Amino acid sequence: MINLVINGKPISVAEGTTIMNAAKAHNISIPNLCYLEGIHKIGSCRICVVEVKGAKTLQASCMTMAAEGMEVNTNSDKARKARKVLYELLLSDHSKDCLSCKRNQTCELQELGKTLGIEETRFEGAHSDHVIDTSVSITRDMSKCILCRRCVTVCNQVQGAGILNAQNRGFSTVIGPAMDLPLGTVNCVFCGQCTVVCPVGALKETDSIQSVWAALNDKNKRVVVQVAPAIRVALGDEFGFEPGTQVTGKLAAALRALGFNDVFDTNFAADLTIMEEGTELLGRIKSALTGEPAVLPMITSCSPGWIKHIEHTYPEHLDNLSSCKSPHTMLGALVKSYYAEKIGAKPQDLFVVSVMPCTAKKTEIARNEMKNDGVPNVDAVLTTRELASMIKEGGIDFKGLPDEEFDSPLGMSTGAADIFGMTGGVMEAALRTVYEIITGRELPFDGLHVTPIEGFDQVKEATVKLENVVDEYKFLEGVEVKVAVTSGVRGANILMDQIAKGESPYHFIEVMGCPGGCIMGGGQPRSSDPDVRTKRLKGILAEDEGKALRKSHTNPYVTEMYEQFLEHPNSHKSHDLLHTHYVKRGEFNELTDEEFVVDTLRSSKKLRVPIGSIPDYCPSGQSSNRKMHEDLESVKILALEAENTRVKKELDDALETVDLLKKVIVNNKKPK
Amino acid sequence: MSDKIAKCTGCTQKDEKKYGEIADIIDLYKDKEGSLIQILHLAQEVYGYLPLDVQKFIASSLQIPLSEVSGVITFYSFFSTTPRGEHTIRVCLGTACYVRGGKKLVERLQDILGIQIGETTEDAKFTFEIARCIGACGLAPAMMIDKVVYKQVNVNKLESIISKYYES
Repeated sequence: MINLVINGKPISVAEGTTIMNAAKAHNISIPNLCYLEGIHKIGSCRICVVEVKGAKTLQASCMTMAAEGMEVNTNSDKARKARKVLYELLLSDHSKDCLSCKRNQTCELQELGKTLGIEETRFEGAHSDHVIDTSVSITRDMSKCILCRRCVTVCNQVQGAGILNAQNRGFSTVIGPAMDLPLGTVNCVFCGQCTVVCPVGALKETDSIQSVWAALNDKNKRVVVQVAPAIRVALGDEFGFEPGTQVTGKLAAALRALGFNDVFDTNFAADLTIMEEGTELLGRIKSALTGEPAVLPMITSCSPGWIKHIEHTYPEHLDNLSSCKSPHTMLGALVKSYYAEKIGAKPQDLFVVSVMPCTAKKTEIARNEMKNDGVPNVDAVLTTRELASMIKEGGIDFKGLPDEEFDSPLGMSTGAADIFGMTGGVMEAALRTVYEIITGRELPFDGLHVTPIEGFDQVKEATVKLENVVDEYKFLEGVEVKVAVTSGVRGANILMDQIAKGESPYHFIEVMGCPGGCIMGGGQPRSSDPDVRTKRLKGILAEDEGKALRKSHTNPYVTEMYEQFLEHPNSHKSHDLLHTHYVKRGEFNELTDEEFVVDTLRSSKKLRVPIGSIPDYCPSGQSSNRKMHEDLESVKILALEAENTRVKKELDDALETVDLLKKVIVNNKKPK
Repeated sequence: MSDKIAKCTGCTQKDEKKYGEIADIIDLYKDKEGSLIQILHLAQEVYGYLPLDVQKFIASSLQIPLSEVSGVITFYSFFSTTPRGEHTIRVCLGTACYVRGGKKLVERLQDILGIQIGETTEDAKFTFEIARCIGACGLAPAMMIDKVVYKQVNVNKLESIISKYYES
């Protein structure tokens, strides 16, 4: 233990504790901004500076370790003044349109100003003219960036994607892809983890709220909504519930109150996914065992961030992916076929909205493959955060809502579907069904939970031995099925490298693009609770355990769907509606022309989108491509202009120095 | 060599030799940590400048993110992402040179060359830059063309200095 004094109070802490954490453990909070517990600790903002006796300068308390005999003052006049000056300097090049910013009242910079007691901003000067880069999924408004570099850490260290890095130098520094390339043109997978950690409004999901309001107001549209499993344990965060609280009933009620005509559950399609994916897996294993060509391991395809990653990084291994669409696009396809037929509506008159914990899903629905007969399966994706903001805008008292149910028939699901929201969940759900179909017995794990694949380790694996199988699956007798689970791009790379080398020992792999799975998706509410992951996980498991039916193949509506419409899993009709193919993209998008850019403009030329004129997302095909090149040209010209201005400014600075020196010379001459 | 540069997108036949040389440089430094800057220096020497395609080639060969390569290149003013002229003119604008008329040299050169600071002439003969003190304060105002230092430059002599580079 180490003994030190903080604010006159003697305390002892374990070795290797930072001053900030030592203080925190003793109820002294030190204001901070860029620091992110366990993830980002580079001391770039300097807001957390404290006075340490004997040290020449103020020390960043997030990085400085507590040491024996140290005397720290977190609240000295010097420290407080320094924080204020630093804060005001941050504001001097920040676009301060707070009242019309999406992060108004959830902005960490705004909150910090209040904590620090800021009442004036003394520094006014030049503003950097940065780009506002809107991709289909993520919008970067660099005029709001405070260069804290949290996103850089998450993108590089946590995800290992390396899309965002600091470009240029000094005043021109901007966090972004290489050479000012728009995000929609590079190998960003749109996981959105950067939007979760951004303390300000610089990184956020691209707005879909306006198009959903427009659809709700359109009398000719029947607006169908569906929600992903991970929403029900996270939406409550936005309304003051403890993280992980199950708000499923209120969620259904809120959607109905917003005016959605049908409130369905993506969970239904999750159950359906298990039937389709499980059948596909059995087919592949059978082929492999009987010497026919088969690509194994098969990898799950529910996470569009993961899909985009494999398309960029391992374009030669797309055959390892399951051909299943993600659950919400499956449901969208069924709404616009099965359900449209049932209610006698034209597919074009249905508008399907998916509420997702995910920013990548916004791009997914724009893909050409996610259309049937030219009609998109899903028309808009709202993130959990966006839905919360619509509920607030709609004047709905969420806390006071009664619990309601999802609509029939596409709203009924089993517990297996709920766990799709967490890492290991799709695998567990698949094993529950596949094992029972093959052996006629329940999966022999405690309470159906396959513990080796739950939890948050980077790569988890399990082996399931198939014994005493039913007659139909005799070829599987004694086979040991090896499975692996990972979440996050970095973990996926480990498993993919094995596959690329031909050394993968697995039959079936589950990959989710975000660390922890969908409960920690890029579209989920930002939480300051360090245990949010565990709490949401518990919520999901409770949701599963609370269901009477917990195995996908026992969902009576799924059975009915096959009897009435799809015939059987992997049928011709299933393939048409529920399965897809993938696009080779390559590391630098060199294998495709498809790009996901909506707009790029300079912050100085910021235009407001007039209400009613919702940007027509055209992520694929020619028109966006041509526009892209025009934009790129203008970006290049602007970059040159900026360089010119910078050099001119340098000249002016030099001129000023000379004037100053001249004055000094004149002054020195005076006494003579 | 050709498989080394197979990853190179947008490579023309003409560039292949240069990319080959860059590939050799990368091979030499690849396993040493922190050698990106060294590789970029040498690559710029070979290629003349570091356009996006060269950056992609380097990023891909070193298996590091493109944004990291571009981050380093755009940080250091020594690296250029646009083609450079055959010769680089650097007028010193350190304090001594400035006081002794460095700015007049800049203005006159802009007239003669018809370009702004940081640009390259259309005939790709000259890239025009300013420098912050080249350590020749006693010779102010000074300028450099490539590695040659011109001391106490007279504005009126600039034209003849420049024209020499067209003769050879």
